[in-house]
Amino acid sequence: MAEYWNIAPERKEFVESFFKDCPEPEVSLEFIITEKDFNTAGKGSAEIKNLLKRLGIDSEILRRVAVASYEAEINVAAHSVGGRMTSNVYDELIHIRFEDNGPGIADIAQAMTPGFSTADDLVREMGFGAGLGLSNIEKNSDMLHIVSERGKNTVLELMIFFG
Amino acid sequence: MTLRDVAKLLEAEILTSETDLDRPVPCAFASDLISDILMCTKEPTLLLTGLANTQVIRLSDMIDITAIVFVRGKQPSQELVEMAVERGLPLLRTKLTMYRSSGLLYSSGLRSCAI
Repeated sequence: MAEYWNIAPERKEFVESFFKDCPEPEVSLEFIITEKDFNTAGKGSAEIKNLLKRLGIDSEILRRVAVASYEAEINVAAHSVGGRMTSNVYDELIHIRFEDNGPGIADIAQAMTPGFSTADDLVREMGFGAGLGLSNIEKNSDMLHIVSERGKNTVLELMIFFG
Repeated sequence: MTLRDVAKLLEAEILTSETDLDRPVPCAFASDLISDILMCTKEPTLLLTGLANTQVIRLSDMIDITAIVFVRGKQPSQELVEMAVERGLPLLRTKLTMYRSSGLLYSSGLRSCAI
């Protein structure tokens, strides 16, 4: 099993206590992501963005949430046999967890490298597969955590603070 | 510059009905890679692309796209056009290449979006 963490330094303390206390979210939404279903992939992220917009979240934060979440949602559709995204909204942040059903990432550090991609032709024809997905997620999140095992599955979770 | 000016410069066909051609176009970005478009669009932007699948419309749910110009004569499906109409997103189509389209718009004063 391999694990990857990236937490903005100023959020470290908060993130640690968050995972220790596991607080109850204000709102929780779940979407199923189907393998190679590029007609619906992205719908979950669009709904999350709309929900946060209704809650009056700042537009720059909305953009970051939408971009990070969409990239992660596409990753599940493009690279796994399917999975689900669970979005938990709290007063001060959103936590989104993507869990797929395999096959897992062979080398997380390599997958994080901008330009590296294992996308197939179908995925590339759609305009994906630039190898920028994970780094786009990292750039737009305050916390990124990936746990993966080749032959098993991948769990990617991210957090974005509202202020 | 307005959408009307863009359509005229690119000799573009308007694919969405009831498009407000007086809509102002502040800046533009051109790419065929979804991750690039996501990363580089931080303000209302005209998108020039050769991608004509429905993910381009999903993309516009995430970021602020003023209108989309399909270059190189790419013809989107009826489904894609309907998704755009639902969202009030104008679609244009030009036979010109991405390079030529970008050059024409840029030399007429349409700036590149801030990245």
